[in-house]
Amino acid sequence: MSVLRRVFSTDHKVIGLQYLFLSLSAVTIGIILSLLMRFHLVWPMAHLPFVAGGIMAPEQYLALVTMHGTLMVFFVLTTAPQSAFGNYFLPIQIGAPDMAFPTLNMLSFWLTLAAFLCALAAFVVPGGEPISGWTAYPPLSGLGEVTGPGEGIGQTLWLASVLIFCFASLLGSINFITTTIDMRAPGMTLMRMPLTVWAWFVTAILSLLAFAVLLAGGILLLLDRSAGTSFFLPAGLVANGELQARAGGSPLLWQHLFWFFGHPEVYIAILPGMGVVSHVLANFSRKPVFGYRAMALALCAIGFMGFLVWGHHMFVSGMNPYSSLAFSALTLSIGVPSAIKTFNWLGTLWGGKIQFHTPMLFAIGFVSFFVSGGLSGIFLAQPALDTMLHATYYVVGHFHLVMGVASIFGIFCATYYWYPKMFGGQMDEMLGKLHFWLTFVGVYCIFMPMHFVGIAGGIRRYADSSGAAYLAGLQPLHMFMTIAVFITSAAQLVFFYNFFRSLKKGARAADNPWSATTLEWITSSPPSHDNFGGHFPSVHRGPYEYSVPGAAQDFLPQHLAPQEAGRVSEEPQSGK
Amino acid sequence: MARRERGSTAPALLLAILLTLLVVATVYVFVAHLFPAPPPITSAALLVDRQNNVTLYVTGAIFVLAQLGLAFAVFRFRDRGQRARFSHGNALLEALWISLTLILFLGLGFLGRKAWADVRFTPADPGAVQIEVTTNQFVYNFRYPGPDGKFGRLDPSLVNAPAGNPLGIDPNDPAGRDDIVVPILTVPVDRPVELLLRSQDVIHNFFVRELRLQQDSVPGMVIPVHFTANRIGQYEIVCTQLCGLGHNKMHSMLNVVSESDYQSFLKIQAAAQGLVQ
Repeated sequence: MSVLRRVFSTDHKVIGLQYLFLSLSAVTIGIILSLLMRFHLVWPMAHLPFVAGGIMAPEQYLALVTMHGTLMVFFVLTTAPQSAFGNYFLPIQIGAPDMAFPTLNMLSFWLTLAAFLCALAAFVVPGGEPISGWTAYPPLSGLGEVTGPGEGIGQTLWLASVLIFCFASLLGSINFITTTIDMRAPGMTLMRMPLTVWAWFVTAILSLLAFAVLLAGGILLLLDRSAGTSFFLPAGLVANGELQARAGGSPLLWQHLFWFFGHPEVYIAILPGMGVVSHVLANFSRKPVFGYRAMALALCAIGFMGFLVWGHHMFVSGMNPYSSLAFSALTLSIGVPSAIKTFNWLGTLWGGKIQFHTPMLFAIGFVSFFVSGGLSGIFLAQPALDTMLHATYYVVGHFHLVMGVASIFGIFCATYYWYPKMFGGQMDEMLGKLHFWLTFVGVYCIFMPMHFVGIAGGIRRYADSSGAAYLAGLQPLHMFMTIAVFITSAAQLVFFYNFFRSLKKGARAADNPWSATTLEWITSSPPSHDNFGGHFPSVHRGPYEYSVPGAAQDFLPQHLAPQEAGRVSEEPQSGK
Repeated sequence: MARRERGSTAPALLLAILLTLLVVATVYVFVAHLFPAPPPITSAALLVDRQNNVTLYVTGAIFVLAQLGLAFAVFRFRDRGQRARFSHGNALLEALWISLTLILFLGLGFLGRKAWADVRFTPADPGAVQIEVTTNQFVYNFRYPGPDGKFGRLDPSLVNAPAGNPLGIDPNDPAGRDDIVVPILTVPVDRPVELLLRSQDVIHNFFVRELRLQQDSVPGMVIPVHFTANRIGQYEIVCTQLCGLGHNKMHSMLNVVSESDYQSFLKIQAAAQGLVQ
């Protein structure tokens, strides 16, 4: 009974950790899939492990593309930053004992796990995994096996997985929104919330609105596949020589629905990272966040505008060319709040007293990636330039830097930063730094050359380069990237080793090892069941009061009453 | 605090060096044109390249300044036992970079609209050579209307590639009897060409790098694109929209030929279809 209660826990901290371990499983599989892809791209005739038949067939490559994208986007980039760390730390940072709806919270985790297993099941069914990419454009994804292997039961399982995931995300986002609005400690006004909480809050609103649309679209696609409807299938389709008895649907409708979800989704992946990075940059610069209010508003602006730009994924789709220019202007405008974030991160570092602990290194790496990947987006936002770069490796390099790896660096930053709080022990700094240096250099070696491949016309989602003569000239770059992928992936073993070894052997962590200001650091490591051992805090100031003149120590915790704040200086500090 | 001071110079220096290396390497690749796109063969594509260069200058400058600024900040403000400057920000600076990025980014979009509008908002020249492009897994078929200048009626139920009718041209429509269907696209140099893109099964794409042109072909739609190629040569056509297991093999050629070669191409094809005039 007690084991059951521990497994099916309603404690937001346990659920957060469950999400975290789910993500770690998913990211491990996702990395293995990308290793297989990268290997195949440079040695197409090699015998590979995990590949049926040994030598990878084109459809197997496309299945890897599809599953890599699906696992990474849904079960890593959506799950870890928001569901894992948000679940664990949002209630604590606002001084609440738990989420507003603990049972709903538990339900959304178990549904997410079911979605994950459903996606993995596609690996073992006849026909294998779907080959239509994580975007699953119909008619390729809508007609069944007639369009290719994996488009039968594999594609149906994929769709079922996505639908369950959508539903779980809806439940989760309702919980996040309600908790943030209703359960803040006395004195925790909106403008005193840590930027992490702002980020999780805005992300939850995006999830609520975006996943609802994907859920609806996904149900329509499921009906097209299983009930013979034609929401996305026009008349006159001749697939594999057979005329299909469908009429009246529009393939572009799916793209609109999908990207109405899909573009906010990239902000769902990156906003929590932005929150964590702001939080950590202030902590280790020993400075208040530069322009806190602008940072909070920029999060809201990015969230809102994120719903107005989906058409930039469709410049070459056959959509009305006039709407392309409107989407272009809106997309370029979203560069403004993004630039606010970047400049204010630099402003936070400026004049600081920067301490290079591992989480800080990952936060700085995040800023660098966000700048590099964000700027390549300025090209893709212009339809005239997109017509030469669309669907090339340029796009792959762009989104991996700006929302893939940047978000992953946010996850690493959060893991190294909050590990002592979550597990009561410290991760090893030496290993953490080694992990950072290898990964930071490795990531640039993988994704910068992708931009160059794309400019030269290298097409993404190609199983090999035999189709067009000019692609052979890009193989040396592919070789370079593949070697970088192997080294960078190997560097992740350092992380996993450090993570699991520190569970047992990590040095005992103090309650506030980073001399930080926010509420998660005033409680024990790890926190008790109700987070604060019955002593719920009141909040007296903003979240990032570092190096306040006149104060004898360089941080003023949020919960200290003004009359206590003067006294703190005489007390010995923990964690020094 | 002493422990932290000693630990802060090495990572700061290494970060600054790596970020500088990143900037130097990236700028070098672009300045040296190490991985260029092939030269454009239309005036519209030339406009695209110019806009691309303007965007490169603007974003390149921001890239260099931001990465070097980051490198400078982490090194200059490393923990040396100093006290951090207490500041909650600066509204004036905030307003400065908001307006600067707004002007720069929207300005780029405004400049870039021409390269898009010139080809997408205007229909093809009325005298343009019309060619229908039909895609299916995993081939391109190009249909010329033949001597009568009219495309024959299509009927999806008549599609039968093994029997020599991959497009389903209705044999009862006289306009279709002289239609030419070939797997390679041949167009005359310096004459406007209009392509009508259709697809039979799934979404495909028509991409020629030298045209700087990518366009999906979507079942149920006929999507027109037009261009005037100004250089004789052979250029590769590739599919860029994931279309199934043969996606990476879906390939054809664009032959840009002289007017006389084009006329003889049409004659030979008409003869091959048994339509000698």
